[in-house]
Amino acid sequence: MTLPGTTPAGRRRAARSLTYLSLAVASVVVLLPLAVVLLTSLKSSKEMADGSGALALPDDFLNFHNYVTAFRDGGMPAAFGNTAFILLFSVTGTVIIGSMAAYAIDRFTFRFKKLVVALFLIATLVPGVTTQVATFQIVDRFGLFDTRWAPIVLYMGTDIVSIYIFLQFVRSIPVSLDEAARLDGANAFTIYWKIILPLLRPAVATVVIVKGITVYNDFYLPFLYMPSEDLGVISTSLFRFKGPFGAHWETISAGAVLVILPTLIVFLFLQRFIYNGFTRGATK
Amino acid sequence: MNGDDTGTVMTDALGTAARPATAPPPAARGRAPRGVRLWRGLTPWLFLAAPLALLITFTYAPVANMIAYSFTDWDGVSPDLHYTGAENYVELFTRPELFQVFFVSGYYLAASVVQIAVALYFATILSFDVRFRNFFKGVLFFPYLVNGVAIGFVFLYFFQDGGTLDSVLGLFGHHSDRAWLGTSVSANTSLAGVSVWRYTGLNFVLFLGAIQSIPGELYEASELDGAHRWHQFRYIVLPGIKPVLSLSVILSVSGSLSAFDVPFIMTGGATGTETFVIQTVKLAFQFNKTGLASAAAVVLLLIILAVTWVQRRLVPDDKVDLV
Repeated sequence: MTLPGTTPAGRRRAARSLTYLSLAVASVVVLLPLAVVLLTSLKSSKEMADGSGALALPDDFLNFHNYVTAFRDGGMPAAFGNTAFILLFSVTGTVIIGSMAAYAIDRFTFRFKKLVVALFLIATLVPGVTTQVATFQIVDRFGLFDTRWAPIVLYMGTDIVSIYIFLQFVRSIPVSLDEAARLDGANAFTIYWKIILPLLRPAVATVVIVKGITVYNDFYLPFLYMPSEDLGVISTSLFRFKGPFGAHWETISAGAVLVILPTLIVFLFLQRFIYNGFTRGATK
Repeated sequence: MNGDDTGTVMTDALGTAARPATAPPPAARGRAPRGVRLWRGLTPWLFLAAPLALLITFTYAPVANMIAYSFTDWDGVSPDLHYTGAENYVELFTRPELFQVFFVSGYYLAASVVQIAVALYFATILSFDVRFRNFFKGVLFFPYLVNGVAIGFVFLYFFQDGGTLDSVLGLFGHHSDRAWLGTSVSANTSLAGVSVWRYTGLNFVLFLGAIQSIPGELYEASELDGAHRWHQFRYIVLPGIKPVLSLSVILSVSGSLSAFDVPFIMTGGATGTETFVIQTVKLAFQFNKTGLASAAAVVLLLIILAVTWVQRRLVPDDKVDLV
């Protein structure tokens, strides 16, 4: 008599089902909290009050009323506008600054180069959250407090990881290309703009994605630097739902779904880039 | 100037010798006229001006100021401030309610152990041939991309009285009227659980990438030698992912000390869930105790630097040097 799991084949089958079981459990753990919020966002306030519980399905799957409320009363259009504005400038700035720094460090020899590299290296060890107490004073003195430029300059100026990503790629571009261009009479800026930057496209894609998602999701900097209501980005605007919509979970849920949805769409379309980007961003 | 020499040091300092260091950078050579040479000497600085200005203004100047503020009683607004010596630091370590945040970090630290273990498990499983692999990979990773405020609300509803968790437990016949965020231990455990939910995906993808970069022949060879799955994991996978593992540990430590948005949104630091960053933000911007908050931030910075230093002593691997 052989019990299942005692023969090698049986054991392998048992291991296989355990594998799938654990994956299924993990998927439920990840997706259930999100799914419930999606369901809640489709319920009316009457359904919320009738005590049918969080897992009950909404009566009408096409009830988008809460989305309208969240969108209009929650100030979401302005929030998406502010986020887009900040994204555009901070991501473009990060790409230009990071690639310029990487180009200068990799392609030139100059005095104090070791010092400059050390400055960038050591800065990676200083987590941004710790220094905001003092950064705040500096931002304030520049008159940037409560403007959209405060987070923009901070996102641009404190992203050393991007510089490293660019550095990796600049290194892999053969110097002979620069030299050939130089013989043709191109100066350093032309070489940077016409040769290096276009060849950095994969690195630019990585930085744009990683930086874009980080900026889109950031709460800390907008919360500290842009207290004005009309300067709300999606994170801070959603945070403000807590007050007026206090117990209206259906509206808060709709707001949360509105914020998550763009991330999900971007993720579905750019999966491969995103995995690579975050792996590179964390390990390089 | 010896271009070669600097080139070598550079590549060493950055840990990756992607290019042979023998090729002298073009700017180093050439017997050009003086003006041209001066211009060439200036060129790298033109490229570096903006990055360096931002780096110094928003990283180094704050650190220097913060250290200076930490020895004063400044309130962040008024023009007068007094030098108070190490008083802020003494206060930080002697007032128990200020010190408590370190215990809260303990929850997140414990959570990151769970997180790394879970991530490692799933990365190992999914590195083998599994059906719907991309789907599972995507599901496990997605929480990492979700907005922190949205996560805060999702889990506020999850732990709410009669919310997701209670309803699920109800399905299994377990009815509790327990307030999950009501007591300090329960609230911190719940918040640490959210942190596992949110960050496991990043660790998982990092591990998966590392495991998949291990050459397949190694597995085949070990199979010929009669190795089991466990042996393969122990002697092939584990050594292969060591750098990423140590990186994850570092990220976890600094992450658990700097936890902010989810606890801030879910509890606002109430019922003993205040983290280091929540406390610092409150001290600085609510109670105008810039001096004390700076001292707290300096302590946090020192801890993170110390942990990084220890990690680099233990795992001197150049791959993680760049982080």
